[in-house]
Amino acid sequence: MSIIKTEHLTHIYSQGTPYERAALRDFNIEIEEGEFAGIIGHTGSGKSTFIQHLNGLLPPTEGKVYIDGEDLWADKKDLRRFRFKVGLVFQYPEYQLFGETVAADVAFGPTNMGLPPEEVEKRVRESLRFVGLSEDMMEKSPFELSGGQKRRVAIAGVLAMDPKVLILDEPTAGLDPRGRDTILGEIREYHEERKNTVLLVSHSMEDIAQYAKKVLVIAEGRPAMYDTVESIFGRVEELTAMGLAVPQISRVFAGLRAAGCPVPENIYTVEGAAAAILTAVKGGAAR
Amino acid sequence: MKKLIETEHISFSYEEETGLPLVLEDVSLTIGEGEFVAVLGHNGSGKSTFAKHCNAVLLPRTGTVTVDGMNTKDEDKLFEIRQCAGMVFQNPDNQIVATVVEEDVAFAPENLGVEPAEIRRRVDEALKAVGMYEYRESAPHQLSGGQKQRVAIAGIIAMQPRCILLDEPTAMLDPRGRREVMKVLRQLNREKGITVVLITHYMEEAAECDRVIVMDDGRVLMDDTPRRVFSHVTELRQVGLDVPQTTELMTILKEAGLPVQADIIDEQECVAALEALLTR
Repeated sequence: MSIIKTEHLTHIYSQGTPYERAALRDFNIEIEEGEFAGIIGHTGSGKSTFIQHLNGLLPPTEGKVYIDGEDLWADKKDLRRFRFKVGLVFQYPEYQLFGETVAADVAFGPTNMGLPPEEVEKRVRESLRFVGLSEDMMEKSPFELSGGQKRRVAIAGVLAMDPKVLILDEPTAGLDPRGRDTILGEIREYHEERKNTVLLVSHSMEDIAQYAKKVLVIAEGRPAMYDTVESIFGRVEELTAMGLAVPQISRVFAGLRAAGCPVPENIYTVEGAAAAILTAVKGGAAR
Repeated sequence: MKKLIETEHISFSYEEETGLPLVLEDVSLTIGEGEFVAVLGHNGSGKSTFAKHCNAVLLPRTGTVTVDGMNTKDEDKLFEIRQCAGMVFQNPDNQIVATVVEEDVAFAPENLGVEPAEIRRRVDEALKAVGMYEYRESAPHQLSGGQKQRVAIAGIIAMQPRCILLDEPTAMLDPRGRREVMKVLRQLNREKGITVVLITHYMEEAAECDRVIVMDDGRVLMDDTPRRVFSHVTELRQVGLDVPQTTELMTILKEAGLPVQADIIDEQECVAALEALLTR
């Protein structure tokens, strides 16, 4: 069953004013439970507006949002429940830390869910483990930590609610390559262990290619493509025309095909590229 | 090449009393006029701290920094130093002060006491240089991230600096915005001879520069052409960095015994090398 479904979702900002602008237009998408999907689209394409509809931060102007088969706006009083089901990690989440200690900050979400203290504590430990922070960090002030550590505390705070859907908006912006690989590796591990649904919004096509299984391309407030990483990054020309990019390695392979070399279209990682070249060279030697 | 910025054995710590830990340790670098330099390093390696020494936002604890012949410790020269080397930051929303694009660009020259007619001329020229002239009467909040960063760069150019220091200017931008900013920087460098010092986490951007400085734990680890720097794949990974995908691919192929060069840093080169390999 699809965990996320939108029907004719439309969102218009500042409706009825001269600044009226449709950010989403008749947006229809279904995302299956347990998917790890990347979301790409250039600034102003509607990505942020879309994800803010998935836990009720924005109400649709028209259309419906269903989470786990339930209409999110069926009863406004019930909205809170969806906030626990769909966890949203904003850009630069380290600016949203407020707890006196790391443990208190991470405990905020599960405590608000009304869980018993033992369960809250268990979840705090588990989610800090997922983001690679040791137990001796728990009593520290979050403000003593480095930028990368703070960001992991913020992510742990959302993981502690054990959301069925985890949405991350540019979780690696401003991090160095190692910090980026660490955080995305931890998210993948969490996803594989919990089998939850992960939506990763990113401007780094290389990261999406390496970590996601599917890609949702949003353009002009609509889902322009939704398919496997392999087939999306094979569409180099279309994505480039939309002002998006593909991983550098996909561009190299598109260049090779344009030069008449018979290389596969579905290359989007360095490992895949190396394997394809080695096969082609060995095949050539055998002829 | 004429020296524009020179640091001699500078050390720095944010802890005034203890002087520890050192964020910069015995850094001696010279940036020549007209260079296009990338500075790489993991978070906390000291690269932003280094850049802030180049326009007297920070002063070294020991050693000296000289900008166009002026010692950054000389308070009387502070305005001249900042005018010579302007800085652009990561978040475009934190550095735009006015509600109209052209007023924002005029902010610095107004503060420097430039004549109104001259301000008009500089603002128009700066906006044209970054390709934002047609948006001169727009409100900054209506612009995309890449456009806002270009306005921020125009604001610096209006001061007619010799050098622009940029601290991860593309970290918050989408691929199109990143390309726009890189294109503008290259043009300013080539056509106006402005020196560019670019701090970045994008290895592909560093590969486009003329020179790459790698910092690690407050020291200069490497300082060479991008081609030579990116040939140190293992060492770069050890300090938390990476290489462009093209370099990574060619390194794997070379290790697998294929007759290729590993020091390939851009797409066109990589396509040509692979094409030669496949059509042998």
